[in-house]
Parts: sequence; C-alpha cells; structure tokens
Amino acid sequence: MPRKKIKISQPLEYLSILDDKGALDADLEPDIPEEILLKLYRTMMLARKFDERLLNLQRQGRIGTFPPISGQEASHLGAAAVLEPSDWFVPAFREAAAEIWRGRSLESMIIYNNGFSEGVEIPQDSNDLPVSVPVGSQIPHAVGLAWAAKYRQTDRVAMVFFGDGASSQGDFHEGLNFAAVFQTPAIFVCQNNQWAISFPRSKQTRSETIAQKALAYGIPGIQIDGNDILASYAAAQEAVQRARSGGGPTLIECVTYRLTMHTTADDPQRYRANQEVEVWKQRDPIIRFQKYLFEKGILTEEKIAAIESTVLDEIQSAVDRAEEQIKTLGNPADMFEHHYAEMSPSLKAQKEELLGEMAAMEKEGHNG
Amino acid sequence: MAKMTMVQALNLALRQEMQKDDGVIVLGEDVGVDGGVFRVTDGLISQFGEERVLDTPLAESAIAGMSIGMAIYGLKPVCEIQFSGFSYQTFHQIENHAARMRLRSQGRYHVPMVLRTPYGGGVRALEHHSESREAYWAHTPGLKMVIPSGPRNARALLVSAIRDPDPVIFYESKALYRAFREEVPEAEETMPIGRSRIVREGKDLTMISYGAMMRPTLEAAALLEDEEGVEAEVIDLLTVSPLDDELFTQSVIKTGRAMVIHEAPRSFGPGAEIVTRIMEKSFYYLEVPIARVTGFDLIAPLFSREKAYIPNAQRILRAARRLTNGE
Repeated sequence: MPRKKIKISQPLEYLSILDDKGALDADLEPDIPEEILLKLYRTMMLARKFDERLLNLQRQGRIGTFPPISGQEASHLGAAAVLEPSDWFVPAFREAAAEIWRGRSLESMIIYNNGFSEGVEIPQDSNDLPVSVPVGSQIPHAVGLAWAAKYRQTDRVAMVFFGDGASSQGDFHEGLNFAAVFQTPAIFVCQNNQWAISFPRSKQTRSETIAQKALAYGIPGIQIDGNDILASYAAAQEAVQRARSGGGPTLIECVTYRLTMHTTADDPQRYRANQEVEVWKQRDPIIRFQKYLFEKGILTEEKIAAIESTVLDEIQSAVDRAEEQIKTLGNPADMFEHHYAEMSPSLKAQKEELLGEMAAMEKEGHNG
Repeated sequence: MAKMTMVQALNLALRQEMQKDDGVIVLGEDVGVDGGVFRVTDGLISQFGEERVLDTPLAESAIAGMSIGMAIYGLKPVCEIQFSGFSYQTFHQIENHAARMRLRSQGRYHVPMVLRTPYGGGVRALEHHSESREAYWAHTPGLKMVIPSGPRNARALLVSAIRDPDPVIFYESKALYRAFREEVPEAEETMPIGRSRIVREGKDLTMISYGAMMRPTLEAAALLEDEEGVEAEVIDLLTVSPLDDELFTQSVIKTGRAMVIHEAPRSFGPGAEIVTRIMEKSFYYLEVPIARVTGFDLIAPLFSREKAYIPNAQRILRAARRLTNGE
C-alpha cells in the first residue's frame, strides 16, 4: 500500500505591496482612484486621532472603557473599503476606521462608550451589524447573512472581522466550515494583532499562519501584511469579486499589531516588552501610506497639515455634540426599550415599578 | 379534519408556512433527506428543495448562529436542534445575539427565528436525551419560550412562533410526539404566544402545568373528581415565557388551592416563578400552602429509573389530596 503525499489543492500565499520602508511593488499595486486613496488616508488619520482623543477622554473619566485600534487601521479599513454600502459589514470591536468609513458617526461611538445603547443606533438603510463583544461569536452571522443574500439572488456579500484569539473559538471553525459547505459569499477577515489581551499569537495556535486554517475547510486563504493598506485592499477586492461571482468564501489573515492596550482597563506592560512595541511602531500603516501618497504626488506637506487640522476639528465638534446629546439621554426607564416587538404585561408592570422607584427617589431627595 | 400525531401536526405547520412564505427556511442536522430523527420535517426537502431545507454539518452553534444571520437579513429560519440536550451548544448564540440583537441594534434588526428542539423524558433514550431545562431559556430576557401539549396546539403555536417577530425557543415533548392523535384542521390555525388556557374547569383546586405533564395532570384531575368529588381547574401554560399569570391568578382566587406540575428540576424551575406570582397576586385567597410536583434536582437519570423521576398521575394525585383534605 502506498504512503504518499496528499496534495492540497488550495495554494497559500503571502501578500505585501507596500513595505514598512514605503517601497512599492508596482506590479502588484491595485488600481485605486485618487479620491478613494485620499479618503482612505483621511479616514486612517481620523481614526488614529479619534483613538488618541478617546484615550484622553477615558483617562479624564469622560467616557468608559473602550478598545483602541491604533496600528490596525490599514488592516480593517483596506478590507472594508472594498464593500458596497448594500453589502453586510459584521464587525468585532476593533474596526473603528471601517465603521467610520461605513458612515458611523464619531459622536455615536462616544455615546456608546459612555454606556448609552443609543450610541449603537443603526440607520434603517444600513447593512452594518453592531459591534460584537463575545469573541468570534459574530462569525456564523456573516455566514447566515451571506447565505440569505445568495438565496435572495442578490450579489451582496458579507464581510466579518475578528482577531487572532477568535481563531481558537468553535464559532470560527464552524463558521468557516458552514460557509464552505454552502458556498456562501462570506469574507472572513482576521486581524491578527499578535495579542489576545495577554496571550500571544505564538501560543494561540501551533499553526504557522492563521490563513492556512482555510485550507482545512477547502476554501482559499491568504496572509497579508496587515499594515499595508494596498495589500488589505487588494486581497479583499479579490475575495469580494470571487464571492460575488459565486466562488464562495475566503479567509484573509492580516498580520498587524495592536500598538496600545486591549482595552483601557488593561496594562500591556504586564505581558509584553516595550521593545516589541517599538519595532512595530516602525511599521506604522499610516506613515508608509503617507509616503506612498506623497511620492505619487497625491499628498503634499500642506495637504497633510490641512487634513490633520480638519480631522481634529471634526473630532472636537463630535465630542461637543456627543456631550450635549448625552445630557438628553438620562431617562433610565428607556432601558425597557427594544427587548421585544411588544412588551409583555409583566414587563410593563416592571417598567411602572421602576418609574415609581424613580419618583420615590426624587421625592425623598436622592440623586439617584 | 384529519386525526394527527404531534409529529404530523408540526409537519403540517412547517409545510403550510413554507408554502405561504418563501422566507421560511428549515435547517438542522438530518432535517432534509432523513426528514429529522423524529420525522417532523419529513418530506419537506422533496417539496421545497435543498435550497429551503438545509441538511447542515454537525455543529449546533453554527446552526443557531447562521439562523441568526438569516433572520437579521429578513428570512424566517426554523432551525432544529436534534435534542434539547445539545441545545446548550447554541446557548451563547441565543443569549448573546438572538435575544439581544433588537436592543444591540436599537431596533434596526430583530431575529424572527424559531429554535425547535425535542425535550423531556419517557422514551427510553440515551444520556443527554431526556432533560427538561426550559428554565434556562425562560430566564433569558429577549426570548420567548413555548411548549405545546398536544397535536392541535403544537401546530397552531408553531405557526405563531414562525410569524413572531422575536426569537422563540420551541420545546417539543418526545413523549407526546406519537402518544395520541387529535383532530387538526387543514385550514390555518394560530394561537397567541404568551397566553395560557383553562383546559378543565373546577372550583376546588388549581393545577398549573404545560407540555408533557398535561397528560398526567389531567389524568389526576379526572381521578380526583371520580374518587373524591374534588373539582380541579387545570391550566395549560402553553407559553412558559412571557408567563401569563392572569388566568391562574383568577383561578387561585376562586379555588384557594394551587399546585404546579413540571418535569424540570424543582429548584429555580418554572414552578418557583409561578408560585411567587401566586404569592404576589393571590396570597390572601390561599387556604393551604402551594404544592410543587416536579422532577428532582438531579441530572435526568438513565431510562431504567426515569419513570420514578418524571411526575406521574399518582404522584400528582397524592399531592392534590394533601392539598384538599390534609392527608
């Protein structure tokens, strides 16, 4: 009986187009219109500056805890930028640049991070899902959405985001398997940022790459330089085209890095060396993209300064508007909203009970 | 009207809803070619095709998670989890997402899915195939928890569950699947979710139950009347959550005596909530303490001992006698 090599039909590739020194592989350069390149740059800047501002607000006690995205802008924005508005966008919780790209307002994020569910309000014509906190649990939703899009004979796709930690979850494996079996137009984007809170990528899995897990499910997988927005854009474009034309799902692993903490409640110095962070700072996705645009003549020093200034103004006015709006959101009884299409008699009675408690607190002079 | 088993009645509900609405999709393990291990989905794949009846790979969490995605899109997935003992692998999907998506999206999305699953003992099944853990779901805000007690109400409630805009956990008693037949009209029939029913009127004692326990409860009520002339009023909850306390409150005010019967473990079970509502709403009408006849606080035993675990008519009758004549 023979003992022979089994040939796996799916290839596995690594893609880098614009390296950390800003050197470009012109053969691989995607054809992106100038206004989109500029919009991508501006969104990256906005997301980075907003992240820094949120951290500030958190340290001042003006918002609650939140998960910063600094360092990961290219990885999720490049992929999401390929989507049409009618496609389904299924985030985890570290995709702020993509959320901004898709039209989510900065003030809504501030409101959400202040503990108000009103901050996740999704417009009726949007196909974006709210952020999903339980790691990896959103992955099968993208499979169901993509299945439904195909069933309804649209060419829509669903793109779902998650981290390296999620690749250990059952939902990741079950989701990839279902998507492959039913050939649903789903794109799985793993932002491998090297750390699941304190747990390094090297311990998360013995696999050399996360991308290779695609091969076990019989679907294409690709690993890319996640700090190279041209690579994330190009890889996602290929995957989306394949999905739209009936070619089924793809797994994209974006190798990136979380430059700051998991959330503001976390101290990364407990588990990783500053030296490692310094190495990754040299690979900053914004610096190299700026250099690329500069060399293409799309950006100038003046333009960069002007973008930075409008971005900071935009953030300031969002903070102002959010803080104004929060003043109108005080009613605790609103917690009873959006649980069922119709409130049951017992729930109505409980709402009355809370209103009674609130009235009593006020009457008794408590600040509640 | 045709006389049907509960399996046939559920099949009728699925078939008619699928005919009526092409957004209704059936998915689960062995639901297609095999027609479901209990045959509830029998024949659906030949009528509606593989496109609408999905035999899925073996992964409960993804079955629930994919259903959530379909439901967010606007379809009406009816997923089958082969036994409720395997439904715990869907729990994080149902709790974290199905139950919360309306809130988490501030009303942009809702999850009109049904999770059907056989529950309960009495069919000499394997380990993990006999428990009654409806309290997990009933305790979860954002869900509805429905348990029919016979073919006709099973059909009507399943139709209502499919049309309900919120996620419904639909428990089907294995013991009732083929236990008896009832007339089930071919014409459409629905029943409101969240409403209980009086299935036997009486003035001396209120018996509250649901699902598989309705049969021994009704049997005990008949014996009570025959043997002691005690008239029990029997209430079938049909929906465990949201709990309809209106009917049993009125009944207890009338009878002054109450007992709750369920197969689920006693502590923190549905009975605990029902008894509390009685205390809150009709305590001053009670003449004796309320009784609970339930499964014990144990893992459902393997089938050689399950008869002693599951409440039967005699156990219910003895408890009723203690309430009515102080025995």
